Amino acid sequence: MPSYVNPEKCDGCKALDKTACQYICPNDLMVLDKDKMKAYNRDVSMCWECYNCVKICPSQAIEIRGYADFVPMGAQVTPMRSTDSIMWTVKFRNGMLKRFKFPIRTTPEGSAVPDGGWETKADLNSPALFTEPASLCGPEVFTLKK
Amino acid sequence: MANFENVVVETDLLILGGGMASCGAAVEAAYWAKQHGLKVTLVDKAAMDRSGAVAMGLSAINQYVDLRSGKNTVKDYVDYVRNDLMGVTREDLVASIARHVDSTVHLFEKWGLPIWKDEQGNYVHEGRWQLMINGESYKVIVAEAAKNALIQSGVGQYFERVFIVEPLLDGDRIAGAVGFSTRENKFYIFKAKAVMLAMGGAVHVFKPRSTGEGLGRAWYPPWNSGSSAYFTLKAGAEMTCQEVRFIPVRFKDAYGPVGAWFLLFKSRATNALGGEYMVERKAELDNWGPYGRVKPIPANLRNYLGMLDVMEGKGPIYMRTEEAIAKLAEQYKDDEKAYKKKMKELESEAWEDFLDMTISQAILWAASNVQPEEKSSEIAAAEPYFIGSHSGASGAWVSGPEDLQTEETKKEYFWGYCNMSTVKGLFCAGDASGASSHKFSSGSHAEGRIAAKAAIKFIVENNTMPNVDMAHVEALKAQILKPLDTYEQYKNATTDPEVNPNYIKPKQFMFRLQKIMDEYAGGVSANFTTNKPSLERALELLAFLKEDSEKLAASNLHELMRCWENVQRMWQAEAHVRTILFREETRWPGYYFRADKPKLDEEEWHCFVNCKYDPNTGKWEMMKRPILHIFPQAKEHELLGG
Repeated sequence: MPSYVNPEKCDGCKALDKTACQYICPNDLMVLDKDKMKAYNRDVSMCWECYNCVKICPSQAIEIRGYADFVPMGAQVTPMRSTDSIMWTVKFRNGMLKRFKFPIRTTPEGSAVPDGGWETKADLNSPALFTEPASLCGPEVFTLKK
Repeated sequence: MANFENVVVETDLLILGGGMASCGAAVEAAYWAKQHGLKVTLVDKAAMDRSGAVAMGLSAINQYVDLRSGKNTVKDYVDYVRNDLMGVTREDLVASIARHVDSTVHLFEKWGLPIWKDEQGNYVHEGRWQLMINGESYKVIVAEAAKNALIQSGVGQYFERVFIVEPLLDGDRIAGAVGFSTRENKFYIFKAKAVMLAMGGAVHVFKPRSTGEGLGRAWYPPWNSGSSAYFTLKAGAEMTCQEVRFIPVRFKDAYGPVGAWFLLFKSRATNALGGEYMVERKAELDNWGPYGRVKPIPANLRNYLGMLDVMEGKGPIYMRTEEAIAKLAEQYKDDEKAYKKKMKELESEAWEDFLDMTISQAILWAASNVQPEEKSSEIAAAEPYFIGSHSGASGAWVSGPEDLQTEETKKEYFWGYCNMSTVKGLFCAGDASGASSHKFSSGSHAEGRIAAKAAIKFIVENNTMPNVDMAHVEALKAQILKPLDTYEQYKNATTDPEVNPNYIKPKQFMFRLQKIMDEYAGGVSANFTTNKPSLERALELLAFLKEDSEKLAASNLHELMRCWENVQRMWQAEAHVRTILFREETRWPGYYFRADKPKLDEEEWHCFVNCKYDPNTGKWEMMKRPILHIFPQAKEHELLGG
């Protein structure tokens, strides 16, 4: 079962307006059992192990256990994602641990400006996209028409 | 009939899908829509932050032409793509994307995507066209810009968790789309003046190598179910390159990326005996016409040489990671501190490559105690995928831009609006448009922008709301919700809802499709080999499957989506089988091999094969379309890019 939920940690996102894992799963797999108020993966053989449920879970209740049909047991790969970086802990079958930290974005969350601050003066009838030629950073828009 | 509320949404431009191409479309469309007082609506079957093929992240941007440095030209990129696709490429479309893609990558950087830089502040290239990124949040950042564009402009809105099934038409013009919410009993009717479609390629049409839990560990995500191909086929659009599937060679089973290993780390791949198939089988390349002589060697030919080794019993094939890392660190061997630092850096880069985009591969390495600096790892050809944005080419046949045509190409490749399919007002991008491979994530975004701008122009020049026949919509609604009704009607006929003679559940339906495709259409177990009788047999079995699709059953909204996803896969499968049957040659031997037509046939088959389904008669039409160059014809070696 690629993604699985620790029942001791999952609180069904009761304090939120929606269940985080259910909201994010690209394949519509995570669901909330409303009787137990616990989430679960309803079809593990359709799980891509994309880790989006793991990364978004506010109580760190979701983990991944490698596909049982080809992955030897005993490894664990665990992310801790913040607003600007992600820290990975990789636990090997033989017990070895490795840690990696990578940046994930260079700007504050939510701040993406659609035109990137570039001048927008293109014409609907020209081949130039709305930020061009400025966002090409030098060249004019290539064309065969001279 | 199941009780679903109708929700009618009227908009000017309807963007279907929420992946890279659709996010590009949203950003571009919002700007032009605001100028012209139009509305834009985007519909995604998942949550935009993590939908589409980039949902997990990526470790590289595979298309950056770097026009500003003057090192490459648009023509260079066109030559590269045409050669990799064995000559079958729409040069106008590839050039159209190539001239805009840098602009889109520069936007990604402004929005906050970390792109690796060298000490001089220049982008770090993985290869000639590829940039290394810290791409865990690539899709989050791109979706954020798209949502900001739609909302801040005041002209846009987006719907998440709405699954689109069928197109709506008004004669020969697109009029919108219908689908359902996967969260509540609502049936959505979108009416639009133009539609920009980018709902991904198709996975799980063929049986994957892993069929247990690992079924979901496809190379391309399992939620890409052929929604684009189904939509365009059902709209009656002409389709192209339906035979050009892609088979990636990746780290075996978990499908971790190999690009960084081959390009950045300069690793070799060898067979189990230590032989290098790219060297030992070099002569085989001469059998594949001019394409066997180009550099880089086309992906499918590289695949093919490896496959020949495996077929001869020389497998497994290994990526020699330990050798590559040792070589890279060698220059520091006299300085212990610098050596340790370099090894640490390489180790981190190697793991990030997986952790950014294929975390399963990191799990598999950890579970097998693999440290790449110590031990080689197995690579293998995966299973076939339909992905027009990568090294496959399947998708709709769309118009190119007017200013990138010659007099001759204009007659064949231009009909009014860039990226418009042969259905008026229906625009396609990303995996939805064909014959314009190697656009990847960045090029798909750029193409979404190109298509959206053209769609707005179409709306401005055709500013009327098409008619939607509501009686037809109600008929579609009944057809789309039928699996729920079928389940309700028959569920008590047996004690196990999975086994019932009155219906078929979507998962077993998918397995039936996969078995047909695998065994008769050149899947893994058939060694990617097929022939005319096998393909005809596949069509016979697909006909039964199509009849049985009327008996699909769904116990809930999730299963209802699965039912339609698998119907979509089935249509992609049929288009594929019909096209490889029609093309009587073998042109991409590492993607599929027609054993009865084992050779490249430039005289007869240096052309596009297109197909079209007529929604009124139910008939398929197969046709050839010419391959024309937009850049002046040169001598062979120049055409091949030197």
